[in-house]
Order: sequence, then C-alpha cells, then structure tokens
Amino acid sequence: MSAILLAEQVLNGLQSGMMLFLTAAGLTLIFGVMGLINLAHGSLYMVGAFAAAAVAAYTGSFLLALAASIAAAAAAGALVEVLVIRRLYARDHLDQVLATFALILIFSEGTRWIYGSFPLFLNIPPYLSGPITLPGGIQYPLYRLTIIGVGLAVALGLYGLITHTKLGIRIRAGENDREMISALGVDIGKLYTIIFALGAALAGLAGALVGAIQSVQVGMGEPVLILAFVVIVIGGIGSIKGALVGALLVGLTDTLGPLFLPCLFGLFLEPASAATIGASLASMLIYILMAAILVWRPSGLYGVRA
Amino acid sequence: MKRETMINAALLLAMIAVPLWAYYAGKPFTITLATKVAILALAGVGLNIALGIGGLVSFGHAAFFGLGGYTMGILASHAQSYSPLFNWPFLFEGSQNMLMIWGVTILVSALAGLIIGLLALRTSGVYFIMLSLAFGQMLYYFAISWPAYGGEDGLSIYVRNGFPGLNTLDPIQFFAICFALLLLALFFTHRLMNSPFGLALNAARQSPLRAATVGVGVFRLRLVALIISAIITGLAGALYADLNRFISPTMLSWQTSGEIMVFVILGGVGRLMGPLAGAALFIILEQVLGPISEYWHIYLGAMLLLVVLFARGGIIGSLAKRDAAHE
Repeated sequence: MSAILLAEQVLNGLQSGMMLFLTAAGLTLIFGVMGLINLAHGSLYMVGAFAAAAVAAYTGSFLLALAASIAAAAAAGALVEVLVIRRLYARDHLDQVLATFALILIFSEGTRWIYGSFPLFLNIPPYLSGPITLPGGIQYPLYRLTIIGVGLAVALGLYGLITHTKLGIRIRAGENDREMISALGVDIGKLYTIIFALGAALAGLAGALVGAIQSVQVGMGEPVLILAFVVIVIGGIGSIKGALVGALLVGLTDTLGPLFLPCLFGLFLEPASAATIGASLASMLIYILMAAILVWRPSGLYGVRA
Repeated sequence: MKRETMINAALLLAMIAVPLWAYYAGKPFTITLATKVAILALAGVGLNIALGIGGLVSFGHAAFFGLGGYTMGILASHAQSYSPLFNWPFLFEGSQNMLMIWGVTILVSALAGLIIGLLALRTSGVYFIMLSLAFGQMLYYFAISWPAYGGEDGLSIYVRNGFPGLNTLDPIQFFAICFALLLLALFFTHRLMNSPFGLALNAARQSPLRAATVGVGVFRLRLVALIISAIITGLAGALYADLNRFISPTMLSWQTSGEIMVFVILGGVGRLMGPLAGAALFIILEQVLGPISEYWHIYLGAMLLLVVLFARGGIIGSLAKRDAAHE
C-alpha cells in the first residue's frame, strides 16, 4: 500500500468525520441540554440538502444554496420544536424515540410527495472543483479539502460560542441544572428553541455540503443519523468535545477499515476469503468499536451522566 | 368482566372469524393478511416482554427477527441444494421441516439474546437504546456484506417449509400454525406477567434500586427477560420468512426494529394483547390507506405522533380507560 493512497484515505476519513461532527454536534447539544433523543435529526439533514438543491437549481449560486440549507433546516427545526418536541421533554426516552420516529415518517414521505423519489443533484461550483496538489505530491479534490476546513471552522466557532458568549453560558448552565437557570429568570422555552434550531442548522449545512458529493434523496438522513448516534455515544452524550473526537474516530475507522482489514486477514488466510471476511468485518467495525467502548466505559469517552 | 378482557376476547374472535370467513368466501389474500398480522403480532409479543414488562427499550429487535429469518433461509437453502451446513464436529444438514427450523431458531435467538444482553445490559437509559441499535446494525451490515446467502439481494426459498401432517402451502393451514404459535406465546406471556418472575421484572422496571434492595437480582432478571423476548421475536422472524419465502437484510434493518416497536406502542405497551391490536391496525391501515395514497406512511406517522402525545396506553389503553378509574 502506497503512502499516497494512505494519505488520501486519511483525508477522506477526516472529511467524513468532519461532516459527522456537524450532524452529531447538534444531536449531542440537544441531548445534553434538553435530555431529548431526537431521531428526526437526520430528517433535518435531509431538509438542508433539499433546500440547497432547490435553491441551487433556481439561482445557480452555491453560496446562496448553503445559506438556504441553514435557514430551511433552522426554520424546520424551530417549527418542529414548537409544535411537537417541547411536549416531549418531560417524557421518558421511549416516548421520545417513538414520536421522533413518527416525525421521520412524516418528513420522509412529505419530501417524497413534493420532490418525488428520484435523487436531485447539487453540483460543486467551478471554483471549488478539480484536484489540488498537496505537499508530498498528493492530488486531492479541492472541494473535500474545503469541507474539512468548514468543519474545523464550525468546530472552532461552536467552541467560541459555548465558552465566550452569553448564549454559551446559558447553554452550559442548562446542561448543569435546568431548573436553576429558569428560576434565575432565563426564558428556558426560548433557549430550548434556539438550541434546537442551532442543532438543526448545523445538520442542514452538513446535508447540503455532503449532498454535493453524493446525491440528494429521500432517506439520505437515516444512515447519517445512525452514525451520528454512534458518534455521540462513543464521545459521551452531551459533550461537544466527545462529539468531535468520536466523529473523527468513526470517520477514520469507517474509511480505513475496508483498506486495512482485508490486508490484515491476508496475512494468514487465502486472498479470496481474506477479502470477504475483511470486507464483512469492516462494515461492522464502527459498531464493534462502539460496543467495545461502551462496555469499557458505559457512558462514553467524555460522558458525565449515565 | 373488565373491559380489557372483553376487548382481548373480541380481538381473538376477530382473528379466528376473519380468516374463516375468507376461507369460505374464497379470498386467500385476506387469509394471508391475517397470517401477516399473527406473525407481526408474535414479534411484538416478544418485544413486549422486554419493553412492556421489563422496561428495556430495545431498538434492535430486528436483530432477533432477522436471525430467525436467516436461520430458516440458511437451513432451507442447504436442504434445497443437498449440501450440509458443516461436517465437523458433527454432520449438520439443512432442513425444510418447520419443527427443526424452529428448534434451531430458538437456540440461535437465545444465544444472540444472551450475548447482546450480557454486553448491553451493563448500560441503561439512552446508552442501552443505542447499544441495542448498534448490535442490530452490526448484523444488518454483516448480512449485506456476507455474500454466501445472497448478501444485499437476499435469498429466495422456492418451497414453503413443511409441517408434519399439514399442507403449509394451503393459506388457511399456514395461518393455523402461525395463530397457534401466537396463542401459545400470548398464554405464556399471561402466565409470565402474573408469575413471581414477571412481578419482580415489573418491579425492577419501576424502580431498579428498590427491587435490588429487596434482593431481586436485577441484571439476571433482565437478561432472562431479554432472552425470552429474543426467542419469541426470532420465531416470528422464521415464520415471516416462511410467509414470504424470501429473506433479505431488510429484516435486520433498524426500520424493522422501529416498526415492531410501533405495533407494541400503537396497541398499548405492557398490555397482553397490545401487539395484536397494533399489528392488526398497522395491516388494516396499510390496506386501506395504501391504495388511496402512495405516501400513506405520512398518516401512519401522524397517527403514531398523536398516540404518543395524547393517547398514552395505545388503542387498548384508550378503550379500557374505565377500568383504571374503577381500580
């Protein structure tokens, strides 16, 4: 295996990890502050991608499409929070799982109703397409590199928001003691809506960014949702830092596993069965990783509450 | 008589009357639908033991459902091709006999329940939900990437497996087998609910700490409940595969887990006949709304949302409300 291939795969892993982080960050914030499991988070990711594809088709501008994805997902998130989610905060996890499962059905079929079952396409703008040569002679698509950059910028921005702003102080206070901050005069209902919309906006942005590499279609949010859950469970639910570490871990494992495992099994098995077993195990690898981490640390790497 | 008992009796009567009517009216498709209700209800009965009595929110019951399906598929496909599954340490041949298939399914599901339970029950709350989901996904992706039994495309079994003395290809006879198993599972659940084991499990759901304090081994109790639950759902999977004569990774997908959970909740979680009411409603909705709109899942979603938000206790819970007032 050449060093260049390895470097490319590591970059691919980072790229998918960063996009997972955008989705998982909202999920973990929502759980950390409101104690809510939101299965419909993947639907907000899909809403972002569809909004971006629609606006890009209408205006031709990629930046406008990204803005639309953020706005549409945030609006959909705020709407859902006000109509449904706020009734669920006091309920147990089972009710939350079911109600948000119901929301997935509504979102998916609703989108299919409007746009049909065929995938839409969102093109990478000309100024971001084509490969770029990195130090060491590695050719890598500029767009994917940009995505890694956007992910890093969002991670830094979130860090700044949470540690240095008034909203961030309220979010952290909300994670620690919900009743106390509402007793201190913070409008907790409004804070919840803002956090939910913020999480939705991040997921929507991720949907649009990934939608330009893959296709934009109904059901695109669900695999990502499951991966994002794996990420936040590995990282410890409620921890943004955990979400970042977990996302990179999952992104890299998912990308490098199919590369390394067949080689590893090739050391002591014949090539054909090594390839089969390696590929099968690689597809399960992140779940094995998650189970192993949970058995070792039942509340995740950076989790505080079980 | 309590209202819930009357509703339960009405449900069972309907499950007998509808297929019988269909048999004399010559409508085999209706019998097949009733068979589907019985099988899905059986899967729900399994989940209800873990979820309703034990309070274990397993979001990975598709794992057991799919394992049952794959057990049937693997045994039957080896029997079709006359090739043994393995020769060592003993010769193990495929089979197209339902009794044999059920036996193997029980072993496989119990083993899966044991392994998953040993690992997942170490956690609780959201982490348990996610860990059960993770095990389901693990098997799902394994089934997709393992080419020996069809991989992503699934596997067709051309002839339905046989049952000694019955013709399983006759819809009404196959229905009778499925319904008999469902009745057996319901009777077992009823006994379980009122047994010391069931009561202790229920207590552990309401307050694990208090149950542990009075000397109940919560972990072991939950493990046994999960294994029983896995066995029943696994059997339902084997029957479902026989109904369709087809298995695919979809049986293992998390949407399947979600749907089994929906039957239990729509019908009424923790209620004996909840899964049957839920599965029947699901199939009726599919048949009534399906032809009206291709997008009938929207209505299903809306209904589920309304039940969760406003009608906790599901159909049976809402219908039997007056009981609670008397008690």
